[in-house]
Amino acid sequence: MRYFTDEHEWIEVDGEVATVGITDYAQGQLGDIVFVELPPVGTAITKGKDAAVVESVKAASDVYAPIDGEVTEINSALEEDPALVNTAPEAEGWFFRMTIADAGQLTELMDAAAYKAFIESL
Amino acid sequence: MSDHDTDETLEDLPLAALPLDAWHRACGARMVPFAGYAMPIQYEGILAEHKWTRENAGLFDVSHMGQLLLSGPDLDAAVEAVLPIDLSTLKLGQQRYSLLLDENGGVLDDLMVSRWPEALYLVVNGATKWDDIGTLRVALPDDITIHHMDEHALLALQGPKAVDALARHVPEAAGLTFMKFGRFKLAGHDVTIARAGYTGEDGFEISLPAAVAAEVADLLCAEPEVKPIGLGARDSLRLEAGLPLYGHDLSPETSPIEAGLTFGINKRRRTEGGFPGAERIIREINEGPARRWVGLTIEGRLPAREGAEVFAGAQKIGKVTSGGFSPTLQVPIALAYVASAHAAIGTQIEVAVRGKRLAATVTPTPFVPHRYYRGS
Repeated sequence: MRYFTDEHEWIEVDGEVATVGITDYAQGQLGDIVFVELPPVGTAITKGKDAAVVESVKAASDVYAPIDGEVTEINSALEEDPALVNTAPEAEGWFFRMTIADAGQLTELMDAAAYKAFIESL
Repeated sequence: MSDHDTDETLEDLPLAALPLDAWHRACGARMVPFAGYAMPIQYEGILAEHKWTRENAGLFDVSHMGQLLLSGPDLDAAVEAVLPIDLSTLKLGQQRYSLLLDENGGVLDDLMVSRWPEALYLVVNGATKWDDIGTLRVALPDDITIHHMDEHALLALQGPKAVDALARHVPEAAGLTFMKFGRFKLAGHDVTIARAGYTGEDGFEISLPAAVAAEVADLLCAEPEVKPIGLGARDSLRLEAGLPLYGHDLSPETSPIEAGLTFGINKRRRTEGGFPGAERIIREINEGPARRWVGLTIEGRLPAREGAEVFAGAQKIGKVTSGGFSPTLQVPIALAYVASAHAAIGTQIEVAVRGKRLAATVTPTPFVPHRYYRGS
């Protein structure tokens, strides 16, 4: 199941682990991405707080944690090829994987249909 | 996700529309607020547009900039009292870079001055044009007329193939050399074309009536070498070219000598003075400024942006004024004011970005060589 935040992160839940990235809409707004700063494995992250930074040609932008948890893996492919976030934001351009501290927080997020309606309203 | 940069977006003010507003939108531009106007930040993407301009030719709408025509009796003497320029050496058909300074030698704006018949034509920055008009009106005698050519648009055609594309419509334009201009017919319209720009590439700036701007933009973009290019690539191109952006690299808090713009204080004026801020400017020319604006090449891939602090060991020695990832060089580059003791080419320093210290080296500018056409 995939959920979305109103800050344009996505989170894909697979059992006990979740994968986080930014949406296609987000990458389109940011433009060409030249660097992604990811949290070290083991970092405890908090819903709504800074978790990563994406640097596009024009600016740096914060990426927020969609839920509470601990970072278990980062996408090392982004180090060599940050443009993956532009070409495959919701697949190979994922940012990090994390544990799910409180599954209840997921219910506060949007599903794909709700997110689609949300970006159309922007 | 949210932008770090809040910038001076003037979000609460209604945005003015450029003459080419509808044209940009039809070309697929994303419009953003800049200098009080809705302006195209990008069309297909900043990296693609940057690369296209370095290899082909890009058309930039810079109609937000102020075009001013000064005329009146004893014009040269009146303008020399305001700008540190030597107008005795500025001939008809020539353009020159100059600076509007305050009484302390701080930079109020940087601008181009061109010698027209019986007049001087100025191009000033968009964000500062209203203040500039005010400053000039107060500083110049009442019998000098300042005509704000706000019925004119300004297009820049930049890149190594700009001359090929433009010469098909204006053959005489190919005969201009860097910082020269002329009056020509383009698609039957009277236009002024200068061989100049803000990308480091060969190119032209075309001043034309706003009413025909869309027609001319269509004509130029129909040439196979030409695509429309947005503000985003304009910024990354000028950064690689080591050219200052007013409001970021230059301000009332910076002097042109610190910024390495001593060429903007023309030779005769360096001894004679007689312009605002002359005392400090001449002192800094003779004694050297306490800090200097330098290029930095940063290790790794993380860019250092405007505001990042620069260190030599524990000692804070300066601040980044512009920075980003260089699409041409594929490394982060920046421009920074640093204490003169640390300004020598090759000096190893550090830049602080989000709590990390990035190793950086003071590097000659331009980062990417200029390719101006100075004649064969």
